[in-house]
Amino acid sequence: MTSRLLSALITLLGVVTLVFFLIHLIPGDPVEYILGDSARPADRNALRQQLGLDQPLLQQYRSYLANLLSLNLGNSLHSNQSVTALLAERFPATLELALAAFIIAVLIAVPLGVMAARRRGTAWDSSAMTLSLLGVSIPNFWLGPMLILLFSLWLGWTPVSGREQPGSLILPAITLGASLSAVLARMVRSTLLEVLNEDYIRTARAKGLKESSVIWRHALMNTMLPVVTLLGLQLGALLAGAVITETVFSWPGIGSLLIESIQKRDYPLVQGCVLLVAVSYLLINTTTDLLYQLLDPRIRRQ
Amino acid sequence: MKQRIAFVILLVWVAAALLEPLLPISPNEIHLPAILAAPSADFWLGNDALGRSVAERLIAGARIAFVVAFSTVFVSALAGTVIGAVSGYAGGALDHLVSRVIDIMLAFPGILLAIALAAILGPGIENLIIAISSVGWVGYARLARSQAMTLRTREHITAAIALGSGQGRIVFRHLLPLMMAPLLVEASFGLAAVIVAEAGLSFLGLGVQPPQASWGSMIREGAGFLLVAPHLAIFPGIAIMLVVLSANLLGDWMRDRLDVRQNL
Repeated sequence: MTSRLLSALITLLGVVTLVFFLIHLIPGDPVEYILGDSARPADRNALRQQLGLDQPLLQQYRSYLANLLSLNLGNSLHSNQSVTALLAERFPATLELALAAFIIAVLIAVPLGVMAARRRGTAWDSSAMTLSLLGVSIPNFWLGPMLILLFSLWLGWTPVSGREQPGSLILPAITLGASLSAVLARMVRSTLLEVLNEDYIRTARAKGLKESSVIWRHALMNTMLPVVTLLGLQLGALLAGAVITETVFSWPGIGSLLIESIQKRDYPLVQGCVLLVAVSYLLINTTTDLLYQLLDPRIRRQ
Repeated sequence: MKQRIAFVILLVWVAAALLEPLLPISPNEIHLPAILAAPSADFWLGNDALGRSVAERLIAGARIAFVVAFSTVFVSALAGTVIGAVSGYAGGALDHLVSRVIDIMLAFPGILLAIALAAILGPGIENLIIAISSVGWVGYARLARSQAMTLRTREHITAAIALGSGQGRIVFRHLLPLMMAPLLVEASFGLAAVIVAEAGLSFLGLGVQPPQASWGSMIREGAGFLLVAPHLAIFPGIAIMLVVLSANLLGDWMRDRLDVRQNL
């Protein structure tokens, strides 16, 4: 357990370092790039100082880490507000979207996977699996506009974009959750098929239990461990996937903030967004990993 | 049957992408009377906001998609495989370092890193290839490393060592050929993933720049005219879906044919 935590900490340091070097990857002088050719030398020097670029690299790295520990990510070049405050303002929206997508994915995938497994080899099974293959092949930056076209513009059921109106969460959540539900349905089907061959399922059936009770109480419960792991790992991926979905629907979260700040060349803000998503992703994955070990003693011993 | 259709679809798109410079098309030509026109006899898939032919832009976009996809898969598969194979075979401190780097890269959401890199490097095809490859090599490296670790105790490797073969010869002549099957499967799934990544970055405005056509930027432009000209966003999406679906089916088929078990 401690070695896992230690290795997670090292990975965290690696991720944080990677983000630090991103800004130093800009070819040539970042200040030139941000301000353009026409900037006055005084402005350039001021910006260079503000970004700390006049310091030696090692010094910059050290103060970056120190600032990080006190949650100081610098100020936005554009609005001069603190990056931490801007991130805190936008993060709840992203979290809300990711959780909603997660719930939708589970609600679609579990019944679909169970149905496919129970009617293995039938037309139901193959159509469910075709649907799932479509789900992974349709990119969310296309699914989003298509859902807007159908449900918002043609049918008028949902708002086109934004977060203010009721129901505005539905389409972004479906868009973001679609590919996860496709992957998940496949996994539920295959793990369920494996479990259904076990002796205790035959025993349960021989006892005369209803088929629905055999499936939902006996079989499905035992598929939960791998499924929950996949879900945990995917929750983090949803946070990253939200970048595109948020842009499609103008959802005011971290993802759309990232794209806005890229367009404005607001590097401290870009750095903050990338850092926040990457660190949340890592934390969620590590927690899932540790929880899994707690739940399954077989892995702890290895 | 499914695989055959998939193969034909891919072949047609790849041919269109290869022959694009020779075809009598002008994807950037503006037809003012046909602005936002629906599909017609002259323009089968309609026209965009500048009156450019959607069908011709789809073909031009296919070229971008496949140039980026094949180069990226080639670069990342080559780099990843060599790094992974050498590291897995050599073991020791080098392997420790490489697997640590792989862990860190995997702990970073791939799409986020690609977005950040594309944003920092600036637009353009080369930068797209660099950005996506910087993320893509990790999967191949992990695969090649685990393969090399299981293969290095095989008898023919021991025999090669006994015969006095050098390290490089062992890795390249005796190790890599045995790893080809799983790598080929990984690469065909990789093709689908890179096409989606390129389109996604171009959708965000971080890929190829106007007036050059990319499937992703066509969807982005089309999203602004959903009500008046839905065909602008619909057709490029269908193109992406068909290609990605075909590449995935082909990957599944190869995995079954080559009997590669998924070792994740």
